[in-house]
Amino acid sequence: MNKEMVCVACPIGCSLVVELDKAGTILSVAGNQCKRGNEYAITECTAPTRTLTTTAKVLGGITPLVPVRSAKPLPKGLLIESVKLINALKIKAPIKIGDVLIANVLDSGVDIIASNSCPKM
Amino acid sequence: MLNYDLVVVGGGPAGMAAALKAKECGVNSIIILERAETLGGILEQCIHTGFGLHYFNEELSGPEYAYRFIDLVEQNEIEVKTDTMVLGISADNVVTATNNQEGIISIAAKAIVLAMGCRERPRGSLNIAGTRAAGIMTAGTAQKYVNIDGYLPGKKVVILGSGDIGLIMARRMTLEGAEVKMVLELMPYSGGLTRNIVQCLEDYNIPLKLSCTVIDIHGRERLEGVTIAKVDRNRRPIKGTEEYVACDTLLLSVGLIPENELSAAMGIEIDPVTGGPIVGENRETTHKGVFACGNVLHVHDLVDYVTIESQIAGEGAANYILALEEEAIYVTTKGIDGVRYVVPQRININSDKDVKLYFRVGQTYKNAKIFLENNEEIILSRRRPKLAPGEMEDITIKSEVLRELPVNSELIVRVEV
Repeated sequence: MNKEMVCVACPIGCSLVVELDKAGTILSVAGNQCKRGNEYAITECTAPTRTLTTTAKVLGGITPLVPVRSAKPLPKGLLIESVKLINALKIKAPIKIGDVLIANVLDSGVDIIASNSCPKM
Repeated sequence: MLNYDLVVVGGGPAGMAAALKAKECGVNSIIILERAETLGGILEQCIHTGFGLHYFNEELSGPEYAYRFIDLVEQNEIEVKTDTMVLGISADNVVTATNNQEGIISIAAKAIVLAMGCRERPRGSLNIAGTRAAGIMTAGTAQKYVNIDGYLPGKKVVILGSGDIGLIMARRMTLEGAEVKMVLELMPYSGGLTRNIVQCLEDYNIPLKLSCTVIDIHGRERLEGVTIAKVDRNRRPIKGTEEYVACDTLLLSVGLIPENELSAAMGIEIDPVTGGPIVGENRETTHKGVFACGNVLHVHDLVDYVTIESQIAGEGAANYILALEEEAIYVTTKGIDGVRYVVPQRININSDKDVKLYFRVGQTYKNAKIFLENNEEIILSRRRPKLAPGEMEDITIKSEVLRELPVNSELIVRVEV
């Protein structure tokens, strides 16, 4: 069986064709221009992941929010739950870019980090 | 009157990269003028990732990408005036600007880099019938409300236009708890990057309706709904396909316009297709000593390309200031047969550099071939498995080939299936 997909590893967006057997084992990946495409096809067919980006509330900062993201891609199924946890945060300024705001979110092994700095008011 | 060798108008990714490159090339007297409170430009509100994959080989968010350059601007002690709006530039390169500390200031510059970016097309340019209810805004405005100010501008959302900002906001509004009902696209293809269609729409089961548009807007105070319809090949609504969609918010992601009021006012020639200045391979405009780069020159899909282009402009400005420019003998470039535009629009064949031509196609192609021609002779051709209007393409011409081209001849870029 062939499965067609578009690689989202980078903005080029290669059209991939993944060849699978009946048990869902990947036999081959074609159409990718780099090895990231190969990795993407494999995770997309087995355990799809996405980088999560959102904002968190800041107390006493120059801005009311700080942008945050998952340091690495998260399993797709954990995205909505992670957003709920992030929305419950109230972080005191100052915040530095790269600060870990939630370590190991939902036991995923991935940290939620600040993706900008927010100095004190 | 202040004096600087280089004045950079705009402190977004384009302005910062141009200033840094000029500094690296030996220009020491540089100032960046920025209208907003901070450097970084639109990247500050683009909190999604996908920036830097080409330039840094890493996937960064917008603020992270901007931060790397803000940091370098500080380290290199390049002067910056924020909250400062440029009002005009004279024919002899005197920049008039204003801020609330100094009033009106004049800055004489040897060279100027224009890096003002672009802005979104508003509702007014679409001529959609209906009321002027609250809840209709550009996708970028909604992005600022959600990501910077912390307000969700609505709960039931329809997005008109499938540009990247619209797609990104479809996901963003969904994550913040809004219901995004659909994204409508007038054209039979999306103007956004494929990866955004996958990650922002398909992941959240948001339908993308191609060849569809909004034909009426309902609601007195607040938007209550829109009437949508399918369109035919001439983009005219088809009778009988009308459908009412209840919503309280309509986001518009219908294109970006380079912000060239300053450029046009100083008599710089504007390319009617790109909406940006006509430039040479060093990104010099038709006005001596004035360079342009980034979205003010032509709208880019990736900031990485903005950075690379702005470094070319920064180096060009440095060469002009340091009197290292070669005498100019130009050939012009032109896109035909499906190629909508080519940047740069002209090339100094004395420049002794390989030149990358950036271009966009007007429709999608599969297994296409790109030809570069001069005087009906094919100089080179490249195969592309896929071409789309939303994705900028490039083709490189070698300096040794350039040097042999007849003076004032035309370099043609075209597509063939």
